[in-house]
Amino acid sequence: MKRDADFKALAQFMGEWMRGEGPESDIAISTRIRLARNLADFPFIRRCSDEDRLSIERSVRARMESLTDPQFQAANYIDLEPLSELDRQLLVERQLISREIAESDGSRAVAFDPNEGYSVMINEEDHLRIQVMKSGLDIKSTWEQVNRLDNLLEEVILYAFHQQYGYLTACPTNVGSGLRVSVMLHLPALVITEQMDRVFRSMQKINVTVRGLYGEGSQYSGDFYQVSNQVTLGHSEAELLSLVADEVAPQIIAYERKARESLLNNNRDDLHDEVSRAMGILSTARKISSEETMHHLSKIRLGVSMGLVEHLDVKAINQMFLQSQAAHLQTLQGGVLGTAERHARRASFLQKQLTGKSDNSWN
Amino acid sequence: MKCQFCEKPATFHITELSEESGTQEMHLCEEHAKGFLNKQASSPVSAISSALADKLGQSAENLEELDQKECPVCGISFFEFRNSGRLGCPYDYTFFESDLRPLLINVHGNTEHTGKCPTRSTGTADSLAKMIGLRREMEEAIEREDYERASEIRDEIKALEDPFAAKSVKKEGQS
Repeated sequence: MKRDADFKALAQFMGEWMRGEGPESDIAISTRIRLARNLADFPFIRRCSDEDRLSIERSVRARMESLTDPQFQAANYIDLEPLSELDRQLLVERQLISREIAESDGSRAVAFDPNEGYSVMINEEDHLRIQVMKSGLDIKSTWEQVNRLDNLLEEVILYAFHQQYGYLTACPTNVGSGLRVSVMLHLPALVITEQMDRVFRSMQKINVTVRGLYGEGSQYSGDFYQVSNQVTLGHSEAELLSLVADEVAPQIIAYERKARESLLNNNRDDLHDEVSRAMGILSTARKISSEETMHHLSKIRLGVSMGLVEHLDVKAINQMFLQSQAAHLQTLQGGVLGTAERHARRASFLQKQLTGKSDNSWN
Repeated sequence: MKCQFCEKPATFHITELSEESGTQEMHLCEEHAKGFLNKQASSPVSAISSALADKLGQSAENLEELDQKECPVCGISFFEFRNSGRLGCPYDYTFFESDLRPLLINVHGNTEHTGKCPTRSTGTADSLAKMIGLRREMEEAIEREDYERASEIRDEIKALEDPFAAKSVKKEGQS
């Protein structure tokens, strides 16, 4: 495993889940499955001493290094404790680590493959959080991969497991399978046509959580929603996967398609106008917040998917979503920036991406 | 204690548990508790959240007594668990079993794992409890350079592992 990382190179790279490919990728950005696992011979994180955490980190790393599987041999292994806040934030934006582990204390680490198709967090809420990410709606192969990683790790790590309660986790909401399958969906047409409430209502009875991403409180920006299973105990992995893969995600995607179709048929001019205005703002603004950027990029992404925008593809938009976020922007520009300067450089970055040129002097 | 929303005595002490925001304590009278729980059940975007109200009418005294209960392995009290939403060690699932059951039923509607099982495991709950203590002892033995004792403990730990699937035995035999 490689122990150091070039964060600037990382920020320039488009990882597996941002490829903008795979089934339904115009609406389904990515599929992610994570397994929560704990070592049998340590307390859960909350009751771990600093020495315990260090022992867990060292012992898991050594065991991963002992695995001859190429997926582990080629992995990057990053000790999160000594990292700067900016570098940790960059890993959060790339979804390789959670906000929780970024903001916690003590020994903790992440291992991920160079393609960013999987990551294993060590000393998050549970000792191990194994997750696999794929572009588009691709639950079957995502599961196959995460199950394989779990099997490999299980050969060298003795998990805390209970005959009745299954894999034991720090929070009882994860006990049993420890499995959370999440699909990130882009649902701008359902938002424009004010149907999200209906979607929330229809999901509530079937043990599925729908929540907005990238937003504060109820004001979600970018029209991204994450759909995931609620329960983990008493259902097999196959049942949980099928709930999201066969029932929920396809149903919401179908709603979104219908809403898009109705926008095209009934409000094509209005929609085209909104998309063009969004394009106008992002390609001419001189300073812009990340929230406003999300809002307009979402409209442009919708326009691209519906054939209203030329010269751009979903992958290019995904790249702008990622690289206009605070830590990416700062890493690519060479270091920590104040808010005003971030806004200016973000505007300049977007202008360059959308028009190929930039008015601002620093590019 | 009075209900948070009216003057009636609070007879329901509910700990809300969600993956995103940790926990929130509620002290409610019967009427408001019913309203709250009904709203919870129909709240659309609520994450995995649930009420830790065993038999709903749990009295304040019982709860106080339960709060004092401490796991002999990791030392976490039920009060600490209720406040943080996080358990202290794998053995807590055995030690607090009867107290956790209502919560598991509330959250998952189930108490029986039916999915994947690892090929090796600690076997019984007791060996799960011993495992943490033995590992600590082993580290201490290594610290004071008592390698003989350390190696004995290592064997004890190994003996606690229960390869309950034939698959793992075969795997070991092959390598």
